[in-house]
Amino acid sequence: MSKQEFSNIYFDQVAVGDTLPQLEIEITPTLIVSTAIASRDYQDVHHDRVRAQELGSPDIFMNILTSNGLVGRYVTDWAGPEAILVSVNIRLGAPNYPGDTMVMSAEVTAKREEQGRYLVDLAVAGKNKLGVHVSGTVIVDLPNSAA
Amino acid sequence: MPKEQAEFEAGMQAHVERGEKGVKTSWDEVNLPMVRHWVQAMDDNNPVYTDAEFAAGTRHGGLVAPPTMLQAWTMKGVKDQAPGSSTTDPMADVFDALTEAGYPAVVATNCEQTYLRYVKPGEKLHHTYRLESISGEKKTGLGIGYFITQLMEYFTEDEEKVAEMRFTILRYKPAQREPKRPPRARPGMTRDTEFFWQGLHEDNKLLIQRCLSCGQLRHPPAPMCPHCQSLQHDTVEASGKATLYSHVTMHHPPLPAFEYPNTIALVELEEGTRLLAGLIDIDRDELEIGMPLQLEIVRCDDELSVPMFRRAS
Repeated sequence: MSKQEFSNIYFDQVAVGDTLPQLEIEITPTLIVSTAIASRDYQDVHHDRVRAQELGSPDIFMNILTSNGLVGRYVTDWAGPEAILVSVNIRLGAPNYPGDTMVMSAEVTAKREEQGRYLVDLAVAGKNKLGVHVSGTVIVDLPNSAA
Repeated sequence: MPKEQAEFEAGMQAHVERGEKGVKTSWDEVNLPMVRHWVQAMDDNNPVYTDAEFAAGTRHGGLVAPPTMLQAWTMKGVKDQAPGSSTTDPMADVFDALTEAGYPAVVATNCEQTYLRYVKPGEKLHHTYRLESISGEKKTGLGIGYFITQLMEYFTEDEEKVAEMRFTILRYKPAQREPKRPPRARPGMTRDTEFFWQGLHEDNKLLIQRCLSCGQLRHPPAPMCPHCQSLQHDTVEASGKATLYSHVTMHHPPLPAFEYPNTIALVELEEGTRLLAGLIDIDRDELEIGMPLQLEIVRCDDELSVPMFRRAS
């Protein structure tokens, strides 16, 4: 991969109220299982449908580490490789079951310079057909300007 | 609050104050194969995680691990926690006490991660964990329970702190599922009170009766004005702003349509009339006479909606 393929968002390009392009993520069994194992979460409800149903769930469902990872990925997909995530605070809601689609959206809610860093606050949400799967705030440190 | 519950809550608070810590170590240092597995599973194409040459030319100065991968490094894995981890969980007694006290169900509600810096391949992480806070008993959509927040602090081998995480779970008594719950008793509805219930259910409005002769508002609805004895009346819509006038908590006899403890409020509307209503998301220990409240009309089933109140924001 060459560097030209990736572009960065700079602090001075961002305004409060800006929205990020939406991202649709198809929730497949492969996504749920592969991300659970990649996060080394072997709880049976994330890979064993029979066991998940015994515990009262209609199917396997996405683990929290993955929801957190997808929120981070959504922000850096937009911001580019120079972005540095400072914090990811999420609140969890409706589960992500296979067959659903999660639509991620975000809005810039604040920006400020703090101790030499250029910080942007984003209100992020991921919604599926059951409701809000994940919502929260991400703080990202962006490069100041393209100059 | 019953004595046993007060003792139980005090026991949990004492645990928080002791601040006993556990530690979890990692089997392996931060490494590219695990990172590659993660970014492929997440479909994360950020080159700073896997392309060393590219990463060297960025602010990161070289390969870094995805910050949200933090927890993965010290996770238990299929079988065992890595050597050097605490062999007994300092929080086990709190969780056991919650199960014994009737709060067996668990759901994670919040995860807050703060990254002091990104970690790099070759660094070996461990984290400490302790109970940071336990809420009072809360009524939630899932049932009554306690929110429990753990603080995890992540360090490198030379004890440089690189990240922290607050993880909140709800331990709760599962509420009876909706289909199993008998419906609320129907209100006694007459031609005098019909407008009130129809207004709530069909128009999503809380209506107050108004005397057409003297203009006085009245509740509960009645055919005659108690001030001027007029039989002529219409209605006005309440703004929904209110304050708490008085309250009582029902414990017995338990009616199957309600959750317990069931706090019933006498609410004074901004317009001056008072009515009885249930409360939403307010712990009974937090109730204060005069506190501002906001109307929320709750649809109970296909036939009935009732006025309820939550804390005004």
